[in-house]
Amino acid sequence: MATATAHAGHDAHHDHAPSFFARWFLSTNHKDIGTLYLLFAFFAGCVGAFLSFGIRMEMEAPGLQYFSNPQTYNVFVTGHGLIMVFFMVMPALIGGFGNWFVPLMIGAPDMAFPRMNNISFWLTVAGFCSLVCSLFVEGAPGAAGAGTGWTVYPPLSSSGHPGPAVDFAIFSLHLAGAGSILGAINFITTILNMRAPGMTLHKMPLFAWAELVTAFLLLLSLPVLAGAITMLLTDRNFGTTFFAPEGGGDPVLYQHLFWFFGHPEVYVMILPAFGIVSHVIATFSKKPVFGYLAMAYAMVAIGVVGFVVWAHHMYTVGLSLQTQSYFVFATMVIAVPTGVKIFSWIATMWGGSIRFTAAMHWAVGFIFLFTVGGVTGVVLANSAVDKYLHDTYYVVAHFHYVLSLGAVFIIFCGIYYWFPKMTGRVIPEWAGKLHFWLAFIGANILFFPMHFLGLAGMPRRYADYPEAFAPWHKVATWGGHIFALGMVVFIIGVILAFRSSRRAADNPWGEGATTLEWTLSSPPPFHQYETLPQIVDEPAH
Amino acid sequence: MRTAQAQHRSKWGIAALGALLVSSTSALAEPGVPVPWQMSRQTPVTAEASDLMVFEQYLHWLAFGISLFVLALLIYCIVKFNEKSNPNPSRTTHNTAIEVAWTIIPVLILVAIAIPSFRMLRTQLIVPNADVTVKVTGHAWYWTYDYPKVGEVGGFTFDANIDEEKEPKLLQTDNEMVVPVNKIVKVQVTSTDVIHSWAMPSFGGKIDAIPGRLNETWFKAEREGTYHGQCSELCGMRHAYMPIVVKVVSDQAYAEWLKEAKTKFAAIDGGSKLASAK
Repeated sequence: MATATAHAGHDAHHDHAPSFFARWFLSTNHKDIGTLYLLFAFFAGCVGAFLSFGIRMEMEAPGLQYFSNPQTYNVFVTGHGLIMVFFMVMPALIGGFGNWFVPLMIGAPDMAFPRMNNISFWLTVAGFCSLVCSLFVEGAPGAAGAGTGWTVYPPLSSSGHPGPAVDFAIFSLHLAGAGSILGAINFITTILNMRAPGMTLHKMPLFAWAELVTAFLLLLSLPVLAGAITMLLTDRNFGTTFFAPEGGGDPVLYQHLFWFFGHPEVYVMILPAFGIVSHVIATFSKKPVFGYLAMAYAMVAIGVVGFVVWAHHMYTVGLSLQTQSYFVFATMVIAVPTGVKIFSWIATMWGGSIRFTAAMHWAVGFIFLFTVGGVTGVVLANSAVDKYLHDTYYVVAHFHYVLSLGAVFIIFCGIYYWFPKMTGRVIPEWAGKLHFWLAFIGANILFFPMHFLGLAGMPRRYADYPEAFAPWHKVATWGGHIFALGMVVFIIGVILAFRSSRRAADNPWGEGATTLEWTLSSPPPFHQYETLPQIVDEPAH
Repeated sequence: MRTAQAQHRSKWGIAALGALLVSSTSALAEPGVPVPWQMSRQTPVTAEASDLMVFEQYLHWLAFGISLFVLALLIYCIVKFNEKSNPNPSRTTHNTAIEVAWTIIPVLILVAIAIPSFRMLRTQLIVPNADVTVKVTGHAWYWTYDYPKVGEVGGFTFDANIDEEKEPKLLQTDNEMVVPVNKIVKVQVTSTDVIHSWAMPSFGGKIDAIPGRLNETWFKAEREGTYHGQCSELCGMRHAYMPIVVKVVSDQAYAEWLKEAKTKFAAIDGGSKLASAK
């Protein structure tokens, strides 16, 4: 059991927080930077949600209702994807929860490089600003914005978009990528060097494991993206032809480079969520995580294999039989460690004494929905079958099940779990549960019919479609409204938490919450662990 | 071909019992177009596409079973192991036998998936000797079809633009690609500007049209009719407005069409652009 020996004496430092400007704009405190990341993710998420609302309204019926120029629809799709990936999910799960809870869980006073932590955040904000700029300058002839899809494939992103919008988008990815690489270095250094005495890697909480693997994925994959988009930038502006066949280049090279980053990126988005789920399930089942080491090394395995499956995004580009066979095989391998995680979570619940708090609702909902997204992934892994499903709504359904219903569900799970710790306030449980049910029902109505649309042949990224696809699209749009209603409940819950005089206990979740953050006050002192906690006995997970 | 289809129908009959992932609509509908409320693939018209559909439905049943299994375990935990029914939690965190089981069983399931999957992939990617070759070129935002000159026939090119007057909307072109029934057709696909993708759901797949590359795929349609597809790689403003239409006709009708097309689409001097043509 973890024990934190000293947090008496911290109170003296409570009032030593810097002035408002210095605290929030020049921040070097991991908790403040975590808060900034979470607020930024919420804001960017609202912008991304606004774009998805535009998409869903247009998709409600065939014909062009809201977008007179279909290129503007493409810009909305692109913006939605880029914002949700780089400026909502990643900042929330890595910058937000990672910054807040990795140091707290491993018994560190702060991150290893506090000032680099600050610039990671502001680079991300600058990247977002650049992306927003790209929406308002010319991209394709006669239309504002980059309508290239989040994958930014050339030649559509080079000769297809002569205007500066794509340059702004590339610059945005450079900034956000640089911010993430710096953040990754910070996490790796912190986790490898600043664990409390006695906390070996094999006693480290699974969330810290998840962030460690994620940081390595970012560190190894983002430079490849940076290289690819730099080559794209020079193709666009300086006359190189890396991806232009007329100069001996190859557009498919870009796709290889992009997906060498892009596939680890999807695990970047889901691994921290895996970490959070493990803690929530263990806490509310009042049991330690089942198969702790298998859980940790399953994440490592997913991370490693995640680097060698990229071309399963490219089954239709004309790869050879041998190449496609290899990628089918490697992709299926990933299902095994993922299955280990799913079953270990269930085994953690098994025999437990489960308390169904709001956070637990989200975690259990996640396990089921992630399974649904996972099994459709196995369907898509089969290249022969994927030839039909590639670039249809089936794929849209698949990745929204693992990301929207996976990563996003766990962002909310993390908020309901850690909100009392972060703010010292309490979101009413009814709000969290109502939010869960609206989101669960809404997101399923929204995304499940997309499997049918894809099977019926509906291609993705279409502003307009044949009438036959209309009924399922109509259903999906209703689901979107229900999901949006859930968001309103969430915001009401947060407002109520701040208006109420109720204060959270240091450990509001009881005996199951064994990680170090629960030994601190709620909210924790501005600087924690002036005397490092000693880890003794069994692993702290 | 009829027997093959009847066979598939009966397999669908078994599959349709649960009715969640399989709907009867596609089996009843005319092939070549999607229908409202459709829940499964468009009716396949090649033997290979039929096999893929059966395989995919097998995968979906497996997926459905695994999801239900996980759901059942979760519900069991919710009912049996909540605070009220089980106030004293166990401290079990290891069980080697079960951990080995949930690693090995998924591996076996994946092997069972991989074997037919690899077989179908081979069939799909190894192009047999073709009876007819057509070159398809994607442009923003229409398709060009080249029929190479073979002996006295072929040697013409035509564009297929969307025809927004004809029903079903967005799925019709002014000119269609025409091929004979029960003949192996090789399609060579490329592009002159951005990447497009030549998709034909009834034939079970798609292949990207990439500038600077010549991709190929093949099909042997076993049923006469008109089949519709749509560009399936984001290609800019009018991505949704460059449909693909393939008319599969009898040998006789094909021969007549070749003659007619040659005069209609002003023959190209000096034969075909294709290296493979005689």
